[in-house]
Amino acid sequence: MAEHNFAIPMAVITLFWLFVGGVVPLFVPKGPNRGVIVTMLVLTAVSCYLFWLIAILAQLNPLFGPALSNDTIWYLQYHWP
Amino acid sequence: MFRGEEMCLVQLFFQTESAHTCINELGLLGLVQFRDLNPGAAAFQRRFVKEVRKCEEMERILRFLEAEITRSNIPVSAAVDSMGVSCPRELLELECKIKKLEEELKEINGNHDVLKRNFIELLEIRSLLKVSTDFFEEAESQLSCSELPSEDSVSIAASSRTLGRRNSSISTNGPQKLAFIAGVIKQDRFPAFEKVLWRLFHENFILRHAEIQDAEQQTEDRRMKKDAFVIFVQGDQVQGKIKKICNGFRANLYPCPNNLHAREEMRMNVHTRIEDLRMVLRRTEEFKVTVLTKAAATIHQWVTKVKKMKAIYYTLNLCNIDITQKLIVAEIWCPVSDLNSVQNALIKGSEQSGYTVSPVLNRIQTQQIPPTFNRTNEFTKGFQTIVDAYGVSNYREINPAPYTIITFPFLFAVMFGDCGHGLILTLLAIWVIKQQEQLSRWKSEFVDVLVGGRFIILLMGLFSIYTGLIYNDCFSKSFSICRSSWRVRHMFQPSGPWSNKTLHAFGHLHLDPEIPGVYSGSPYMFGIDPVWNIASNKLSFLNSYKMKMSVILGVSHMLFGMALSLVNYMHFRNFQNVLLRFVPELVFMLSLFGYLLFLIFFKWTVRLRSETAPSILLIFINMMLFSYQTDDKFLYSGQKALQMFLVLQALLMVPVMLLIKPLLIYRHRVQLQQQAATGNKMGNQIDEVSMGDIFAYQAIHTIEHCLGCISNTASYLRLWALSLAHAELSEVLWRMLLRGTLGCHPGLGSLLLALVFSCFALLTFAVLIVMEGLSAFLHALRLHWIEFQNKFYQGAGFKFTPLSFTSL
Repeated sequence: MAEHNFAIPMAVITLFWLFVGGVVPLFVPKGPNRGVIVTMLVLTAVSCYLFWLIAILAQLNPLFGPALSNDTIWYLQYHWP
Repeated sequence: MFRGEEMCLVQLFFQTESAHTCINELGLLGLVQFRDLNPGAAAFQRRFVKEVRKCEEMERILRFLEAEITRSNIPVSAAVDSMGVSCPRELLELECKIKKLEEELKEINGNHDVLKRNFIELLEIRSLLKVSTDFFEEAESQLSCSELPSEDSVSIAASSRTLGRRNSSISTNGPQKLAFIAGVIKQDRFPAFEKVLWRLFHENFILRHAEIQDAEQQTEDRRMKKDAFVIFVQGDQVQGKIKKICNGFRANLYPCPNNLHAREEMRMNVHTRIEDLRMVLRRTEEFKVTVLTKAAATIHQWVTKVKKMKAIYYTLNLCNIDITQKLIVAEIWCPVSDLNSVQNALIKGSEQSGYTVSPVLNRIQTQQIPPTFNRTNEFTKGFQTIVDAYGVSNYREINPAPYTIITFPFLFAVMFGDCGHGLILTLLAIWVIKQQEQLSRWKSEFVDVLVGGRFIILLMGLFSIYTGLIYNDCFSKSFSICRSSWRVRHMFQPSGPWSNKTLHAFGHLHLDPEIPGVYSGSPYMFGIDPVWNIASNKLSFLNSYKMKMSVILGVSHMLFGMALSLVNYMHFRNFQNVLLRFVPELVFMLSLFGYLLFLIFFKWTVRLRSETAPSILLIFINMMLFSYQTDDKFLYSGQKALQMFLVLQALLMVPVMLLIKPLLIYRHRVQLQQQAATGNKMGNQIDEVSMGDIFAYQAIHTIEHCLGCISNTASYLRLWALSLAHAELSEVLWRMLLRGTLGCHPGLGSLLLALVFSCFALLTFAVLIVMEGLSAFLHALRLHWIEFQNKFYQGAGFKFTPLSFTSL
């Protein structure tokens, strides 16, 4: 069940950055700095989301796996479920 | 802040008498820039050049006073901000006062030096007396056994002893008239002195010397070691010669009486004189201290006053005085939104000087290009500075600074990418922000740069923590926040090919994602899987990931830049440029590099077998060369047709960019010429730029854009390169330093670990944070300045520099 769960982190993080970039700017108080703060929020949301997305998509369908030393394999066999 | 502010040119008229207060008020406001109305006049031809010179002279005297005050270690009271300005009369008074102070101080210093010299001489005499007493006593004790009557022959015995070895007839001839010379000489000159005397007189003299041990003498005279000497000679000529030699060696000669009684008298005399001089010296110093303390209380105020006056006179030099000598005309640039505050300041200024006629503001239209003004606060000032360092934006052009606030630290963080180092950077920035007041008093250029960039460093640190979490790199170790997606158990039988024997046979083994269960099907939730940190082929995976990431980030950044250029064209109502420059550029970029992005995302999201997966780079190269083989593997159906279409479309954009705009300009000019030929006064348009120039300019722009697309995209690969370098350096430090030491024998190993850890911490800070940080800063800056800004930025404006007293 937890194996094929790609949708949950995708949904959660997308919603989080959508909230930061789309909803929070609506609540920024009016003042001389409003434009700058809104720009900062939107740009942060977009760049951080994109960065996370690239990381997760790159690992979605791996073409090759890690090469481990035999000591590491022996250790992981017993300690990682 | 997104665009430079709208500026207007305003003419000011105010009365000569209220000029000082008005300019003072404007300077306190800090929002106007005076234009030079006398550009042809040289510096010494301006009206108020005398006053400026007077101010400079006063500044010099004040600097001298400040040096004297700090030399005497008197604390200077802190500056009190005075809003008011002094009128010219007050300035004259101040000038007199300061000049008098300077004279007094010079006199005091001169007297002090003279007294000091006398004092030292007296001390020398006293020491000399003491030392020569010893000599004479020693000689007398020897004399007592030889019973010679004359006192002058006190030293004959001494001389007979030294001369005894040689065949000198002096000692056998009874008492001679021996005279002596006493003095003080510097100790390091003494051997040379003795040698010269010896060469000249060949032992016809006796020299006795002793080091002066007087502690007081030494502290007074700056610790120069001195010797007191006494020379016994005979003959007057010889005495003259010796005196000359002593002068040559800068020895001080003193008259020294040869009998004990006279010496005692002299000693008493000298003693009283020393006491007197000591008291006088002390009084002089106290007086000096009083004078300086009185000055120190107000010196800061004076310095600010003089600076303000100088600035005001300098500004007055820029204005025009009209014929009646009663009115001053000035032209200023000021932001349109601040016109009211400027008017209020002028009214206040004229009220302060007591004249009720308020100054007149007259806004004038002009064709000149106004300066660029971006209103910044403490936070945005740093970012605006780094944008302006490349070039100040044109008037009313888009200002890249608000976007730079986030994209610059973000790109830095992509290259720096380590949680632990990011955390250290953030803490450092928080400390600098808290200590900003104290640090700004240090007056060192390096500290100023650090304080000015404190918010930049804070954001860089915060973003680095984020990218470090995604790269899963914290001092070269990985976190395992959720479970790794790779399982080893499934590689063993019965589901996989391995057995215990395989483990013994091979040192390294690859996990195969095709075998079910090995790869869990869903990727690690936040960032790079921690298994890669312990894998030996970590770099194969990370390189492919980071290169693709750099290309994606680069193309997105450049597309953002192009979107900003669209906004610029729309603002300036330049629709021709929208169609003829923006659209072809966008199509070119999207059809080639947008397609590359699409390929990257497509290959990531589609399940492929590793043997048949085509390389994206090869696909791209073949696409550009139109070379398709029959056994090519395609990612999706219709790929060949789509690719050919895209390349053709991109190639079609080149002549669009190259030719259409110059042709339109050509047609426009031909039309104008026809109209002028038919007598229509459409204006005598002289062709400023020839058609050849226009074609050349357009060709350059086209080539620059097309080749620039490729080179700029490749340039973004430095994001990959620097993050790889950082990760590798940090892993080397861990492996070479800490890993070995942590496995050491306990006991002595703990001491070794403490030493090695301090080494590790020092190297981490110096190499990884400072050096790599500066390097990543520089490269992120370059990416902004060149690759991002050449999509939309002109940057040929000049900065608005208002008259502002807060910056003095």
